[in-house]
Amino acid sequence: MKNSAEMKDGVFNRLYQGKALPVLMIVSIIIVAWYGFAVWLNAPWQVGVYERAEISDWTASQFVVDTLNQKRPVLPSAHQVFVEIWNTTVLKNPTSRRSLLYHAWITLSATGLGFAIGSILGILLAVGITHSRAMDKSTMPWIVASQTIPILAIAPMIIVVLNAIGISGVLPKALISTYLSFFPIAVGMVKGFRSPEQIQLDLMYTYGASKTQTFWKLRWFAALPYLFTSMKIAIAISLVGAIVGELPTGAVAGLGARLLSGSYYGQTVQIWSALFMAAALAATLVALVSLVERIVTRNLGAQIIGAQTKGAN
Amino acid sequence: MSPVISAKKLSLTFKTNDGPVHALSEVDLDINKGEFISFIGPSGCGKTTFLRVVADLEQPTDGSITVNGKSPAEARQNRDYGYVFQAPALLPWRTVQKNVALPLEIIGMSKVEQEKRTKRTLAMVNLDGFEKKFPWQLSGGMQQRASIARALAFDADLLLMDEPFGALDEIVRDHLNEQLLKLWSDTKKTICFVTHSIPEAVYLSTKIVVMSPRPGRVIDVIKSTLPAKRPLDIRETPEFLKIAHRVREGLRTGNAYEE
Repeated sequence: MKNSAEMKDGVFNRLYQGKALPVLMIVSIIIVAWYGFAVWLNAPWQVGVYERAEISDWTASQFVVDTLNQKRPVLPSAHQVFVEIWNTTVLKNPTSRRSLLYHAWITLSATGLGFAIGSILGILLAVGITHSRAMDKSTMPWIVASQTIPILAIAPMIIVVLNAIGISGVLPKALISTYLSFFPIAVGMVKGFRSPEQIQLDLMYTYGASKTQTFWKLRWFAALPYLFTSMKIAIAISLVGAIVGELPTGAVAGLGARLLSGSYYGQTVQIWSALFMAAALAATLVALVSLVERIVTRNLGAQIIGAQTKGAN
Repeated sequence: MSPVISAKKLSLTFKTNDGPVHALSEVDLDINKGEFISFIGPSGCGKTTFLRVVADLEQPTDGSITVNGKSPAEARQNRDYGYVFQAPALLPWRTVQKNVALPLEIIGMSKVEQEKRTKRTLAMVNLDGFEKKFPWQLSGGMQQRASIARALAFDADLLLMDEPFGALDEIVRDHLNEQLLKLWSDTKKTICFVTHSIPEAVYLSTKIVVMSPRPGRVIDVIKSTLPAKRPLDIRETPEFLKIAHRVREGLRTGNAYEE
């Protein structure tokens, strides 16, 4: 940073100049709004509770505290969700079925496998589409069409069909992730493989380079920035795919299963903590892709690759 | 001795939505070994197209052309020429050395030999010491020099240069012109050089081909009477100005200056 020398060391100065303050602001606004909504949405039930118990001398502060600590609230309060997450992660053995980490791991393994298959499939499709006009014309419309089908509609069928031919376990779920994640990879990589400038392709032609050489020495590297961008989208929707894959199948484990059992038994706190776990997982996965991107980019010249192909002046 | 490049009634017509464009029309030209030929003319006169036909990047629609006695396609597959484009077109993820080694990697040369070659060609363009730099760390002039080193890597006897210094400022350009002349006299290569600058063409060439657009054709071929050794200030001698004048006249008769 250029102005680091001018920066003062005080905590307030650092807060003021850094990103922390705006982030804290937004978070506190969300939390305040959350509690507001929680009181509002849980109020009718609480009134009913007081009526049934024939308590009439309740105070406003007691009412607020009670709405925020219901067992099955319409909207759980932030601290209830936090306590639930704490209890089901830190205080539970990660291998236990009651641990949220265990369920997160189940979903994560399907996500990872589906993402890996989806990435490879997407890249292979893009290679074919880039090199074959026939394939470009014939497969591209199908690829686009595949994504217009609601995943919720097709997920149970994938599971049922695969079960019928003897494939069960993590793979059917992973394939639903694949179904979603191959798309951004394929589309992004087609663009990436076509991103070299004509002058660079001419250059390879004058060298008498084969298609394979042009691919590995030019197209692949030119496409890398596109690959990482699409991978960030793909890994997030892989997670969505894995969770959705758990919903219609009556899965007993995984974040999707937690969501499902939570909704069966009206355990809204459990639903919300599973949702937060899913969000944290998605953020971590995207951050992981970003990290790999940074490492690869650094090894390829410490500069935003693909940004500079013409003269500097 | 047979010419390096020999074009006979060479024509190339592009089909466009606005009708056919006659980029080249019946061009007859022989280029001999060791010559420094400049192609000059306004845009659309076919000078770049001619170079691209020689390099097998475009296919002529009529007439014939040979490069080293072969068809352009055979010459290209035989790596008979090096081509320098208008932009350096260095691959940004490769170091300067790796960029220069790219054509050598493609022909499957051994790593040791690659290293020797790149070292030598980088020295030829005065870029020794910059092997490990990335393209974005170099100035525009240095980038273009790196791309010339890359074109020299095959050590082909023919060098095709398409307005290589067009994007550079005058001072850098003068400097590179001087270096290019030295390189040419050291290596005795045949150089085809496309430009739209009259002083550049006259300063560099042993022969200047003046071209005119619509249809692209050769108006005049001027043999330079300047000595082989040319300091930069030769550009103020009457001899130089006489040739420059003839080039300008050629461009004028070719209606090159029409509005």
